Amino acid sequence: MDALNTGNTAWMLTSASLVLLMTPGLAFFYGGMVRSKSVLNIMMMSFGAMGVVGIIYVLWGYSMSFGSDIAGIFGNPADFFGLKGMDDNANALFSFEDSGVPAYVWVAFQATFAIITVALISGSIPERVKFGSWMVFVAAWVTFVYFPMAHMVWGGGLLTKGPSTPLDFAGGTVVHINAGVAGLILALIIGKRKGFGKEPMRPHNLPFVMLGAALLWFGWFGFNAGSAGAANDQAGLAWITTTVATAAAMVGWLATEKIRDGHATSLGAASGIVAGLVAITPAAGFVSPVGSIFIGLIAGVVCALAVGLKYKLGYDDSLDVVGVHLVGGLWGTLSVGFFATADDLWEGSKAGLFYGGGLTQLATQAIIAIAAIAFSAVVTAIIGYIIKATMGWRVSEEVEVGGIDLAVHGESAYENISSGRIVSEVK
Amino acid sequence: MKLVTGIIQPHRLDDVKSALEAAGVRGMTVSEASGYGRQKGHTEVYRGAEYTVDLVPKIRIEVLVDDEDANAVTDVIVKAAQTGKIGDGKVWTASVEDVARVRTGERGEQAL
Repeated sequence: MDALNTGNTAWMLTSASLVLLMTPGLAFFYGGMVRSKSVLNIMMMSFGAMGVVGIIYVLWGYSMSFGSDIAGIFGNPADFFGLKGMDDNANALFSFEDSGVPAYVWVAFQATFAIITVALISGSIPERVKFGSWMVFVAAWVTFVYFPMAHMVWGGGLLTKGPSTPLDFAGGTVVHINAGVAGLILALIIGKRKGFGKEPMRPHNLPFVMLGAALLWFGWFGFNAGSAGAANDQAGLAWITTTVATAAAMVGWLATEKIRDGHATSLGAASGIVAGLVAITPAAGFVSPVGSIFIGLIAGVVCALAVGLKYKLGYDDSLDVVGVHLVGGLWGTLSVGFFATADDLWEGSKAGLFYGGGLTQLATQAIIAIAAIAFSAVVTAIIGYIIKATMGWRVSEEVEVGGIDLAVHGESAYENISSGRIVSEVK
Repeated sequence: MKLVTGIIQPHRLDDVKSALEAAGVRGMTVSEASGYGRQKGHTEVYRGAEYTVDLVPKIRIEVLVDDEDANAVTDVIVKAAQTGKIGDGKVWTASVEDVARVRTGERGEQAL
């Protein structure tokens, strides 16, 4: 094992901090898209995920993701429970690519991924869900879906054993397909908002959405470039492909809108940014900058078209978790099978179809995508139905119509005219 | 006494204000309003979903005047607010029974 590498360590601590910033960024992105009476509640769903997963990750999350393999499905939660033994000589340095990064830093980086993945799901079910049920779901889902998926793809579990080594650089499968499927399943179990498809449910604050997209883009540099595990050339490549694909996706989404609806909108720009970030995530360190332009452009067009599916199929995926994360994540995961530039990018992987590697890698990518969809769908459905049968998911109709912020959190985001008086300044 | 109320396009407010001041009107109340007349709102598109927005933003301007000035003030507002396009708004006049100035307690025409 190499000695501590301070340059790599500094970059990984920076990356972890950048990824943590994505979740409050997501809170703004989602917050602007709901109606003004629900903005605090949707933002609290992201902040609530930070609270719950932040604790769980150090208790059993890291161990279930990267502990010793149990049946190929998850890691042994007892191995590093509470991060015990992580400062021993044997475990003190993370061995990934001999980057000389302390294991604690790798835990920090990985914890931020778990947090944002769960928070992403909230976009399919805002404005109608009990906050307590959401917090319980966060704990259950991260434990029974996210950690096993991280183990299966990144921790040496089942999904690493395809015809070739699957390539998921920063979480197309573990993060985006996983969250997208969970969002779809919950939207189906929980049902539509009252008035969906009849009443207007316009975004109440598009500048929030733009701010959120900007914070997500900035944080995503930690997400993707940090996934190199070191401050090296692959991190540099990931930074570039992340930017280029995102720029291309924004342009693709805006062009689609201009042709279809007559206007290039700010919501379209923000949505295209996120679609591009999602799509390049699994591919970021494995494709060329020019390849990433195609990945982004196609993601922008396809996701712009996919967000209309919910109206055709009649489910209320309110903020398009399915259209952006599931569809974008699927395209990104498959795109590696087309655009991966060489063999052995991870040991045992093949080059993509366009780079002379044949169909092997594409088949592998399709297999992990399908397996991820099936696993996430089944386990999410079990958790979703248990919560429905016990605590219940939905707030009362009265609360939903009157405003979930006021009823659930005792707060309202905005006031038009000052009214009321102080009852007591400090209790 | 009369209350002249004008519902006008927001971008005409500055011109209407200047014209009223030039015509010697000493006070007015301006508020944001929303509504529609024959022009019937507009459509907005969010991620491909189309919304019809019936109520479009307008400005309400209210001026209290002597009976004999009401006609002239109406003309001033109409002239200054007019663009000739649909959605320019309306101006109407209503009778006012009494007015009080809060600072002094003066009533009626003294309070205008």
